[in-house]
Amino acid sequence: MTIIKEKVAKNNQNNGLLENENVKALLLFLFSLGLFLAFWEIGANLKLFAKGMPTASLTLKELWWWTTNPFFNNGPNDLGIGWNLLISLRRVAIGYTIASIIAVPLGVLIGISKVASKAFNPYFQLLKPVSPLAWLPLGLYMFRDSEITGIFIIAIASIWPTLINTAFGVANVSPDYLDVAKTLGASRLRTIFKVIIPAALPNIISGLRISMGISWLVIVAAEMLLGTGLGYFIWNEWNNLYIPNIIVAIFIIGIVGIVLDQIFAYLEKLVSFGSKA
Amino acid sequence: MNLSVSSPSNINHQTMTTSQISLRHVSKVFPGRKGWLNKLTGQATSDFLAIDDINLDIEHNTFVSIIGPSGCGKSTLLNIIAGLSSATSGSILMNGQPIAKPGPDRGMVFQNYALMPWMSVEDNIRFAVETVYPKISPKEQSRIVKEHIQLVGLVGAEKKRPNEISGGMRQRVGIARALAINPQILLMDEPFGALDALTRGFLQDEVERIWEQERKTAIMITHSIEEALLLSDRIVMMTRGPAAKIDEILEVPFPRPRDRTTVENHPAYLKLKQEMEEHLYRETRAVEAARLSR
Ligand SMILES: Nc1ncnc2c1ncn2[C@@H]1O[C@H](COP(=O)(O)OP(=O)(O)OP(=O)(O)O)[C@@H](O)[C@H]1O
Ligand SMILES: [Mg+2]
Repeated sequence: MTIIKEKVAKNNQNNGLLENENVKALLLFLFSLGLFLAFWEIGANLKLFAKGMPTASLTLKELWWWTTNPFFNNGPNDLGIGWNLLISLRRVAIGYTIASIIAVPLGVLIGISKVASKAFNPYFQLLKPVSPLAWLPLGLYMFRDSEITGIFIIAIASIWPTLINTAFGVANVSPDYLDVAKTLGASRLRTIFKVIIPAALPNIISGLRISMGISWLVIVAAEMLLGTGLGYFIWNEWNNLYIPNIIVAIFIIGIVGIVLDQIFAYLEKLVSFGSKA
Repeated sequence: MNLSVSSPSNINHQTMTTSQISLRHVSKVFPGRKGWLNKLTGQATSDFLAIDDINLDIEHNTFVSIIGPSGCGKSTLLNIIAGLSSATSGSILMNGQPIAKPGPDRGMVFQNYALMPWMSVEDNIRFAVETVYPKISPKEQSRIVKEHIQLVGLVGAEKKRPNEISGGMRQRVGIARALAINPQILLMDEPFGALDALTRGFLQDEVERIWEQERKTAIMITHSIEEALLLSDRIVMMTRGPAAKIDEILEVPFPRPRDRTTVENHPAYLKLKQEMEEHLYRETRAVEAARLSR
């Protein structure tokens, strides 16, 4: 006992602030960030990069200004970044929800039936690798409305990962669970809702996570061609040839992407239940 | 293929006997991979006759163990009785009625527990009760769940998830789940196979105690001679596969209730044990010999 205690104490001593892995990582991160900003600042001042490349300090100043004044509205070409963010999020939310509402039940149906999964797989395999932007002209032609087209693009982009993952998860539910349901004489419907879907939930959630990531990737590109939203903000600043704001927008898009992803990472953890039993 | 080969007179004969389960000429063939594609890729296999012409009668309220060399077709046989797999030929009757599909009249304990990892201990058992008895009140369902949690000694672990409890406790849940639906017959496929020796011993005693209380017809597959002798009324010894058959059925005369020491001191114990050891040794050696000469 005493020996163990001594060892623990020793370990704690050695685990001073500088020994801790997280502290080390943080210090390294801050150091590299400082180095990067310094390189940027000096490089931009010495005109090492492209002509008109803004300095780090100017960009940071802009970032501060945009994030402290997120909500103003002087017409579509001069809109606070908060409004643009909300517009983009709203489009993603609608398109993504529609896609998920279609993809999850359809994925379950396809996963349950071997015939269906074989029969419909060619569609998914063909459509999955197509860039969502390829649908843009078709969407504009069909809907004649940029707002609906944007939502359509998000839906069509985010449907495949959820669909494919759900079908995969459902098709690969452990036969043990199905045998349990069978020996209890559970009805088909009860088996689906109480056994198959919960068992496939980790796969469904990771499909939803990938879909969300894709939606967030696609919305920016789609909005450049649509008007309003973060994508349009970037496009507009490009037309104004004001680069600092583009960098600010890139940074904000990245942060929001992290937040969205972490929400799903949390959900994934919630349904994993450790190892199988 | 021809499930209903038994003639009407045969069925009458069955309904008159007292056996709860009777197997008549049951065979199982696992079809090989055929077709030109498999032949082309060299993956074709021939049909595999796992069990051949099994005849077995199991009376009410008896505990029957099935023992035999690995791979002889014990699980195949149990799955056919459970209805999870169908016999290629022959008939399986339960109380005189042919068995076609799985049902809650047979409670199954799985070797790998097969608990739903997203449900707590309590919910795993409740799922079974709700599925089998949807009509009874939730209060009554809860009472059944609680009673069986007490029966297998899991009080205090009700809210835990399967990944938070030990293997022995998981199998207790498996047993409680099978018993909670009040089946006529309990089917167990190597229920303690994945447990360490000590836990295994504890659970065997537990099953012996529970069985004395309920006296349900039980069929258990095991590899352990001691386990079979402690628990069973009859021990079915199977020959090696392919085309495995029943070699011999031993009657176990030990009085009940049993415990380990009285069983081991019974005059017939050593002789039975020796007989089983010889059988298993002979069959396993033949399997090895066949494997080496291939
Ligand atoms: N789905 C299947 N397809 C083809 N062959 C199978 C299949 N399932 C089992 N077999 C074969 O049937 C034989 C009997 O298998 P079974 O699982 O019933 O053996 P077992 O007696 O339970 O063995 P163990 O004691 O190792 O659990 C084995 O030789 C196995 O290879
Ligand atoms: Mg087996």
